[in-house]
Amino acid sequence: MTAARPRVLQLFAPGINCDRELRYAFERAGAEVVELHVSELAAAPERILDFDLFAVPGGFSYGDDLGAGRVLALQLERRLGSALRELHARGGVLFGVCNGFQALLKAGFLPGVDGLPPLSLTWNASHRFECRWSRLRAEAPLGEPWPEGTVVAAVSAHAEGRIVLPDDERDAATLMEAGVVAFRYCDEEGRPRTDFPHCPSGSAGGIAGLVAPCGRILGLMPHPERNLSRLHLPDRGDGAWGGEGVAASFCAGLLSRIRTPASR
Amino acid sequence: MPSSSPSSVPTSAAGPDAAAPPAWRVELELRPERADPVGDRAAEALRHRGLRFEGVVRSGRGYLLPPEFDAAAVERIVEELLRDPVTEFARVLEPGAAQDPATGRRTLLVRRVAGVTDPEAQTAARALDLLGLALPEGRTLESYRSFRLVGEVEPEALLRVAERALANPVIEEVVTGDRPLRLRPVPAPRRFGRVEVGLRDLDDEALLRLSRERSLALDLAEMRALRDFYREAGREPTDVELETFAQTWSEHCKHKTLTGPVRLRELAPDGTVLAERRYRNLLRETVFEATLRLSPEWCWSVFRDNAGVVALTDELGVAIKVETHNHPSALDPYGGAGTGIGGVLRDILGTGLGARPFANLDVFCVGPEDLPLDALPPGTMHPNRILEGVVAGVRDYGNRMGVPTVAGTVVRHPGYVANPLVYCGSLGTIPRAMVEKAARPGDLVVAFGGRTGRDGIHGATFSSEALHEESETADAAAVQIGDPITEKKVLDVLLEARDLGLFHAVTDCGAGGFSSAVGEMGEETGAEVDLERAPLKYPGLAPWEVWVSEAQERMVAAVPPEAWERFRELCARHEVEAVVLGRFTDDRRLLLRWHGEVVGELPMEFLHAGVPQPERDAVVVRHDLPATAWPDLAAALERFDAVLGHPQVRSKEAVVRQYDHEVQAATVGKPYQGALGHGPGDGVVLQPEPGRPEGVVLGLGLAPRIAELDAHAGALCALDEAMRNVVAAGGDPHRTAVLDNFCWGDCRKPDRFGSLVRAAEACLEGALAYGTPFVSGKDSLNNEYRVGDEERAIPPTLLITAVSVVPDVARTATTPLRRPDDLLVLVGATGPEGGGSVLADLCGVGASRPPRPDLDRAPEVFHAVHGAIAAGEVSACHDLAEGGLAAAAAEMVVGAWRGGDRGLGVRLEPERAFARGEAPLTARLFAETPTRFLLTVAPDDYDALRSRLAPLPHAVVGVVTERPELVVLADGEEVLRRDAAALARALHVPFAPDAQP
Repeated sequence: MTAARPRVLQLFAPGINCDRELRYAFERAGAEVVELHVSELAAAPERILDFDLFAVPGGFSYGDDLGAGRVLALQLERRLGSALRELHARGGVLFGVCNGFQALLKAGFLPGVDGLPPLSLTWNASHRFECRWSRLRAEAPLGEPWPEGTVVAAVSAHAEGRIVLPDDERDAATLMEAGVVAFRYCDEEGRPRTDFPHCPSGSAGGIAGLVAPCGRILGLMPHPERNLSRLHLPDRGDGAWGGEGVAASFCAGLLSRIRTPASR
Repeated sequence: MPSSSPSSVPTSAAGPDAAAPPAWRVELELRPERADPVGDRAAEALRHRGLRFEGVVRSGRGYLLPPEFDAAAVERIVEELLRDPVTEFARVLEPGAAQDPATGRRTLLVRRVAGVTDPEAQTAARALDLLGLALPEGRTLESYRSFRLVGEVEPEALLRVAERALANPVIEEVVTGDRPLRLRPVPAPRRFGRVEVGLRDLDDEALLRLSRERSLALDLAEMRALRDFYREAGREPTDVELETFAQTWSEHCKHKTLTGPVRLRELAPDGTVLAERRYRNLLRETVFEATLRLSPEWCWSVFRDNAGVVALTDELGVAIKVETHNHPSALDPYGGAGTGIGGVLRDILGTGLGARPFANLDVFCVGPEDLPLDALPPGTMHPNRILEGVVAGVRDYGNRMGVPTVAGTVVRHPGYVANPLVYCGSLGTIPRAMVEKAARPGDLVVAFGGRTGRDGIHGATFSSEALHEESETADAAAVQIGDPITEKKVLDVLLEARDLGLFHAVTDCGAGGFSSAVGEMGEETGAEVDLERAPLKYPGLAPWEVWVSEAQERMVAAVPPEAWERFRELCARHEVEAVVLGRFTDDRRLLLRWHGEVVGELPMEFLHAGVPQPERDAVVVRHDLPATAWPDLAAALERFDAVLGHPQVRSKEAVVRQYDHEVQAATVGKPYQGALGHGPGDGVVLQPEPGRPEGVVLGLGLAPRIAELDAHAGALCALDEAMRNVVAAGGDPHRTAVLDNFCWGDCRKPDRFGSLVRAAEACLEGALAYGTPFVSGKDSLNNEYRVGDEERAIPPTLLITAVSVVPDVARTATTPLRRPDDLLVLVGATGPEGGGSVLADLCGVGASRPPRPDLDRAPEVFHAVHGAIAAGEVSACHDLAEGGLAAAAAEMVVGAWRGGDRGLGVRLEPERAFARGEAPLTARLFAETPTRFLLTVAPDDYDALRSRLAPLPHAVVGVVTERPELVVLADGEEVLRRDAAALARALHVPFAPDAQP
């Protein structure tokens, strides 16, 4: 491991709006962050290969018109797809949070396994935007530095965060078995929960985030990057939500997944 | 430039147009096995409106595609762009085809009327490019909503009911699915030139007729001033010039009433004149006078830009603005509130060289929730529907902008049934060096952002008039539909261009559109504009329409010619349209051209200073109200749950959770607090720069129920409440700036104006006493509604917004209890006045003396409480507001609750409260006397706190216990016990743990 700082490419697009806090969290985790507009990247997708981690922040790309993340997903797939696949093949990491997760999933980068039932992210069961703190339980496939059962406090803030499958219950179990579930919503005791408000979206199996089996493509709905400090917690760190902010350590965990030649 | 296409076109150009082709109709409907909350809600709304229907409704989203696409292209559009692969199935009908009559007649399609912005269709049109498809030349897309009824229904009744239940007739129409649909026709461009309007020879009657017929909203004195001006000039005005005057001189833009001369007479109930005072400029001599006298060095910009600016650090300031968007929201709650947020955000973007928004607020005043449908005045919507619409409007606009909506409230009062109020506010950070701006001669007039359409034509003059029964149908053009993503792109471009130094000045297009924006920026220089250069949503706009259109999401910048190319490239990268409309000059004249022909030419001086300002009369009657007849304690306690459930007390969490109040990760003192997030906070604390400790504390106050009794007391109570919220959360009262937003009735009527003058006088007294300068404000003065011959005014409603700056967000406070055995200390004296209080309202006590703050004592209380919080002596703090001590204690228990029997509680002895006058025990528990706080302090810290509070009224009124419950004692006897779950239920807390399945 050299002293060189990992290089993060943070995507920007019309409607992305969680870029500032994600950038701050990555920088606190030790990364050098460059932000490029999707229109600049579409003109020169090879620039993606100058980086170790490609991050898609949250927001409402293209207004979430036609479905959350749908138009951005088309850009990722058709304009940037081969460069992103090459970055990944070289050992780079692809990460999306909230709208970024929706885009990565709808572009087909997640769950990253063939032969699984089709899945989508759609309107919360309440059909409402919902902003509240959530607890995420790390599942076994996520791996280090989040051993199974680790609880991460993060802010859910989305209207279309519900994972849906042709048969929600049966197929969610299939996803668990396939080893692509990174996070499930849970309660204060760390028990997985599928009921509101623990699981704000009604997501199938209470799934909050997915990871490709390689461990280097990851996406989740809630925002760990907003969990910056004890003061940010709803009870100001009195204990129900952990004692300290996790934004930087979460991003450091993502950076630790990088396997590109430069960082080896 | 992006190829964003006009989404739809105005009806005035067409009617059924043979040239409009039948379109492909694509509807994506949820699969039958999927729950459909939208469909369920639609079914409920149809039944609520009187439809006999037992079946279910399946909802969908529809798109019209041009007939030039072949079936394969449509198939690709559906599968690759539109249909969700898991949840939806597609219904595709060829151009000219329709559903079979049986199903089609029961399928309702809700389309936008022509001319209404359709952002989703614009996105779809642009996304075609990603599929390698192109929209045929001159064609558009359209999006709509569909509702398919499954079950027996009367087709005739269906359409009639649906027009109200599922659509807003101002902006939408409902058709059935059994007929083929056509795209809206694109109107042909029309030729326009210079149009002169005969004015010089008109008599008074004809002048007024002209003002009315052209919707100028100018009165006789103003029309005469114009006539004299043109007689002097020796020519007739053009239509563009008349419209420019109408906008610039409108109440909305000029605030003629508040800035004009007034004579106030205070009368005894028998009509005797008790006092008389005159003001030459009411605002300058009251609200602004306080700022001048205080003039602290930390106020960087007051009352001159789009927002006030105060210092956060030496280098960074906070811009603050609160606006109202009342009349548009009455017609279209969703669009009106959304564009209200959009508009105030542009005020922040257009402050100095641009501020970066980091927080929004909203306050809604609507009618009672239980108002029967048949009690609704003609032409109005039910308050609950209005509230649902405005909340959704703020949610969908604010969330998309990435600005957290963190503060606000909902007021219910019968006086708002026909004239709801929507306040929208925003805060942004701005570097000190960016606060000043000035367009320079030679700079280009650059318009960027959204396109210009007929949206909101005459919005400024419309908002200066009263609503009336026909408003709903007559003023469709005044409605503005928002497109938040266009505004978000404008924000991105503007801040980047600002930091690159690409412009000398910038402002937003608000009321009056280009006419106001260019007129204000060029006031000191002069400007010439080629109106035909403005990009249009659709052809056919006359020059004057381009000039005054209030289409949203547009800004104007003064760009030096050498920076234009870089500005243009930056806009292109962000997919923002930008054009050069003209240039700023040095002749202090406004010159307007249309394809080279001069269509308007005015001196800036007369335009901005020529409006006549006659003295207006204001009258206020001094009533001697009786003392409050409080019910005895037993009777009051019977209403304990009702107090917590009163609309002014109950939890607003269900609204707040729909807003992304955490985006930007700046919200460190939350609107709802504690382990479960059910404890209402007082002020909201924001940390706008991550990694820096400085914070902004935001508080709101309004007291219409007190203002109804006494406008002066109401204004002081509003100011006090805003200050309490700020101080309770840790804000520094010595570094607090305030904003005024007056919403009043028609102030041409002396009684309405009288209460306004009293409120303005209270602002001066209160601000001087509290040391809080006003830095910005706005008024909305024609909130009246005509039904037949009767004219009704809203309750006098002054919203005070308080913004405090603190050096370290770690030294702020929250409301939930935090430790057992802490002592509860009530700071401030409780008085016997109960007028306007929640308990008085519930018990039907009748009009009685309202409370008012003690202006000598209150600043000391604020100082002491702030000192205690900053010193870390206080573990929790809550101000006493509606519902008094009882509600505050209950909320602190609910905030500390962790579900089941986990949490903390309170043993409360209200008789120990420090009371003034003859305040009975009931008053000690339920009075809403201002300037009071409930603190918790560890027993070990109590001595330090006590010495700090020594000269002030305060008392230990209880203790924090380890059981999550509120116990109230009187004479040592338990008189009330409620566990946290019961308190949460009474407060209408959504999804409290025991309410879960």
